[in-house]
Amino acid sequence: MSTLIDILSSAGLWAAILRIATPLIFGTLGALLSERAGVLNLGIEGVMTFGAMIGWLAVYNGADLWTGVLVAACAGALFGTLHAGLTVTLGLSQHVCGLGVTLFASSFSYYVFRLAVPVAGTPPTITPFQPLDIPVLSALPFLGQAVFTQTAPTYLAIAVALVMAYVIFRTPIGLAVRMAGENPHAAEAQGVNPMKVRYGAVIVGSALMAVGGAFLTLSAFNSFFPTMVQGRGWICIALVVFSSWRPGRALFGALLFAFFDAFQLRLQTVVEGVPYQIFLMTPYILSIAALAIMARRARVPQALMQPYRRGER
Amino acid sequence: MTTPVLEIAGISKRFGDNRANDGISMSLARGEVVALLGENGAGKTTLMNILFGHYVPDAGSIRIDGAELPPGMPRAAIRAGVGMVHQHFSLAANLTVLENIMTGTEKLWRLRSGTAAARRKLLGISERFGLKVDADARLGDLSVGEQQRVEILKALYNDARILILDEPTAVLTNIEAEHLFTTLRAMARQGLSLIFISHKLDEVMAAADRIVVLRGGRMVAERRVADTGKAELAELMIGRRVTRPVREPSAPGAVVLEARNVGVRIGGVERLQNVGFSLRAGEVLGIVGVSGNGQAPLARLLSGTLARTSGELLLYGQPVGNLSVADVVEAGIGRIPEDRNGEGAIGEMAIWENAVLERLPAYARGGLVDRKAGMAFAGAIIDQFDVRGGTPASRTRLLSGGNMQKLILGRNLSQRPRILIAAQPARGLDEGAVVAVHARILEARKAGTAVLLISEDLDEVISLADRIQAIVGGRLSPPVAAEQADARRLGLMMAGDWDTGSEARNAV
Amino acid sequence: MRFERREQRSLLLLVGAPLAAIVVALALSGILIAIAGAPVLEAYRRILIGAFGSRLSATETLTRATPLMLTGLAAAVAFRARLWNIGAEGQFYFGALAVAAFGSHLLSGLPGPILIPVLLVIGALAGMVLILIPLWLRLRFSVDEVVTSLLMNFIAVLVVSMLIDGVLKDPLAFGWPQSQSVVDHAMLPKLVPRSRLHIGLGIAVVLAFVVAFIQSRTVFGLQSRAAGLNPQGAVFAGVPLGRTLFKVACLSGGLAGLAGAIEVMGVRGYVTTDLSPGFGYSGIVVAMLANLNPVGVIFTALFTAIMFVGADGMSRSLGIPTYIADVTVALSLLTMVVALFFTQYRVRR
Repeated sequence: MSTLIDILSSAGLWAAILRIATPLIFGTLGALLSERAGVLNLGIEGVMTFGAMIGWLAVYNGADLWTGVLVAACAGALFGTLHAGLTVTLGLSQHVCGLGVTLFASSFSYYVFRLAVPVAGTPPTITPFQPLDIPVLSALPFLGQAVFTQTAPTYLAIAVALVMAYVIFRTPIGLAVRMAGENPHAAEAQGVNPMKVRYGAVIVGSALMAVGGAFLTLSAFNSFFPTMVQGRGWICIALVVFSSWRPGRALFGALLFAFFDAFQLRLQTVVEGVPYQIFLMTPYILSIAALAIMARRARVPQALMQPYRRGER
Repeated sequence: MTTPVLEIAGISKRFGDNRANDGISMSLARGEVVALLGENGAGKTTLMNILFGHYVPDAGSIRIDGAELPPGMPRAAIRAGVGMVHQHFSLAANLTVLENIMTGTEKLWRLRSGTAAARRKLLGISERFGLKVDADARLGDLSVGEQQRVEILKALYNDARILILDEPTAVLTNIEAEHLFTTLRAMARQGLSLIFISHKLDEVMAAADRIVVLRGGRMVAERRVADTGKAELAELMIGRRVTRPVREPSAPGAVVLEARNVGVRIGGVERLQNVGFSLRAGEVLGIVGVSGNGQAPLARLLSGTLARTSGELLLYGQPVGNLSVADVVEAGIGRIPEDRNGEGAIGEMAIWENAVLERLPAYARGGLVDRKAGMAFAGAIIDQFDVRGGTPASRTRLLSGGNMQKLILGRNLSQRPRILIAAQPARGLDEGAVVAVHARILEARKAGTAVLLISEDLDEVISLADRIQAIVGGRLSPPVAAEQADARRLGLMMAGDWDTGSEARNAV
Repeated sequence: MRFERREQRSLLLLVGAPLAAIVVALALSGILIAIAGAPVLEAYRRILIGAFGSRLSATETLTRATPLMLTGLAAAVAFRARLWNIGAEGQFYFGALAVAAFGSHLLSGLPGPILIPVLLVIGALAGMVLILIPLWLRLRFSVDEVVTSLLMNFIAVLVVSMLIDGVLKDPLAFGWPQSQSVVDHAMLPKLVPRSRLHIGLGIAVVLAFVVAFIQSRTVFGLQSRAAGLNPQGAVFAGVPLGRTLFKVACLSGGLAGLAGAIEVMGVRGYVTTDLSPGFGYSGIVVAMLANLNPVGVIFTALFTAIMFVGADGMSRSLGIPTYIADVTVALSLLTMVVALFFTQYRVRR
């Protein structure tokens, strides 16, 4: 019991939570935006992988960190355009196209990486984002170390969550996105072009996903290796359902999830006799549980996964 | 002579081989109410969809107040003052009334939605036209009549001067329909110009100033209401003296299906309550009502896809538990589903596969499907029931609505069922197909089948049924004999007005 | 630009679609090869040589095609009923694990001709067990099985890792952890001596035809197809949806588990955490390329195997990363769905 309290009261745990949550926040928000408009983007795992690779590669080749993030976002946007072209214009199965994009983006990222960086004994590294030193706040006891010495992208993630919540619920463009995801025919009847809206949501969402991936190589770790995303993309998809498609809850869900993840990491070092694989399994088991709890209750955007074909009612 | 507010000139539109609109011209004056009359497939909805910008016409032009309307853009139509109230509402159930109405009304890139101003404007319109609504209610929680009100408000909010209503009373009770037409006339007096699409002669005569009749994609006639009558309109609509099959007198046999106090609860809501009926061999029992009053649960219950939560069902005099589809089919009950494309057939499968799918035990041996026998069965149905447009091996999706319905009827009636559950059997069919379907139903009745006909179409029920019960809010009225049932009485019953005392005394 | 549904679907288009898809995918990969500075046609020539150039490489290609055929069948069976089983990877590992567990000690007393079929069945059952979790979640909680079956893959690999580290650890192995080996007489006989090609290939081909028979001639096949095409219509016609999906899931999971079992019993005899280079995921591409046709899966699995084995050889001589094979295979999934689209719709201005 005392070990539990020890773990919970260490500022390091809470700092780790924010760090672990960051890629999840970006990924979940990206998937959420896309799904709000009616498009499921299962390319997330591949896009995050590619974002991680290309952001890192840009920095490895001399760009500064924020340019790396931008490069990743652009790459994400391109994959988003691909996914949107297949699912929105052609109306193909969103499941199959998403899986195809994931397979393509992942393998493409390994291919490019292997071409650009020949195999070496130790993988090459870059200098990642450093924790920000915020005047006054960083010096606070406990809170300072836990919350106010994160890297810039983490604060960006939280900001994006808040902005997205505002945009989705309080702006005309957000209403257009929601209408496209609830009843695209109604949207069209009121002069909103649901296909353009869906394209926009998927592309922006995909860019966010890629930024989430870039965080892994530019902040959390400092090198890229295949399979580093480790299923985080799928976990984000589960978190979208868990959040009932609300950005505020997505932020909360990502933090909650990161809490369990960070907790189990520390528990590993403390608890004897339990194979480490059991600990590593918990994030995936939790995601499945989250889905099971929320799947029936959540108000799904009604036109999610339904292709919109003009004139075909 | 003032410019008409709307001028449609020479509009044509083809969908593949189907000429949906062929050189149609008409006009609308300010403050006028015009009814667009025609049977299913005449081209009314297509024409209005073109006006509203859902479709681009192949030829022709539209002028609003003299200015040409760019085709294919709902936004242009809205800006020109055209508003449409769709038959299948263009609404999002998960959003609020205000959000539904505000969609598309503001510049997309504004930083903030002007919700307060929108709410004020909506309230103003709502009061001006007497259309009450709660702006913050979730749309999915509203009744159908209220949702339609939202559709109308949406058009008015966008400053519509021309309002198009597509089959507005399809989902309303008589009383709600009357209320709607009063509102429409009030709007016309305030300067709005209205077009409403309908195939109901009574309605058209009562509510419109002028009637435009479409048939086979062409405009065949235009009449002022004062100058015409239902008989002429019916003939114009259909193009010949219409002869629907006539029901011969018959003597019904024993009770084959009986329901006593049956209740069905779904998700905490009572969809059917205290339902009771007796169905006899050789008769047609009509269950008439506005859609959404329990017809679907009733049909599903009797089709074997829904279990009852209370009450008794007696089949051929024996009480039965909850029936599965296999039980129902084996008991000699034929089913015509309400949604022929969704439930009645699997479009991508072959006609023979759709013919045998619900009666596999008869066409399979040892787990293997007898394809030869299935194809033969399908061939027989195609011959005997005049199913055109397919062969046993071709895909069912290629059949037209009428032919698919003939297939569904055929696979059931060729088995000489003792009971037939027919839900909206003629919905969405053109007149020729309706005649064929009605003829088959009466044929079955003559052969001794007990038919339960669930329908929203008063005319259909009056012409086919021996006895009629109304379904309202999940309850069934006591039955009335067809001789004593006229449109007015049935309309009252459908609105829930049945006097259980005197009805019970007169019940048959 | 508008899309109009085609009335007839000509056979030409249906056969042409996968071919067109593959050609376009190869062309796109060709661009990537060119960017890497290698001659494109030469690279493809080397891929073909790498896949078929020698007796060794030809048997290698066929060996590689075997698990792909089985995971391809697993995906084809499931997708046809609109059961999105993306968990073939995990089911593969479970099948492999079960075989290693039972075939190394527990059942090793059984004679070969009995032991081999028993182990194959056990492998299939292990795959079935794993797929039942996402299926149950779908039937009971309406949870989309795509994400759950995907997440199960990660859990399954961790279970494999855990058991290989613990109970099933091979104490004699140095370096990477691996499971204990199945006994010699549990290994599948070779089809071609002094190569890795085993009779698993024959089993896979036979199963493809069995599945084709089931789908086209049996009641179960008709019902599962109906359930996939129009669940509402299927329910109305009395198809027992839950039971049908259960059987489809068992068949799919069983095939994937069998793939893992056969890979262990045919090739190395033990399980490692890298036993599958993504067979489960490639199986999805194999199935889609074959338009979910079981007999077609035989050929598309061959194509995929050619790409992977050939790329190994090509990369040694030209220095292009072997990942080009994964890229081509992934691209052909996307090009295939686009090609299928154009068999159903035509473009109109």
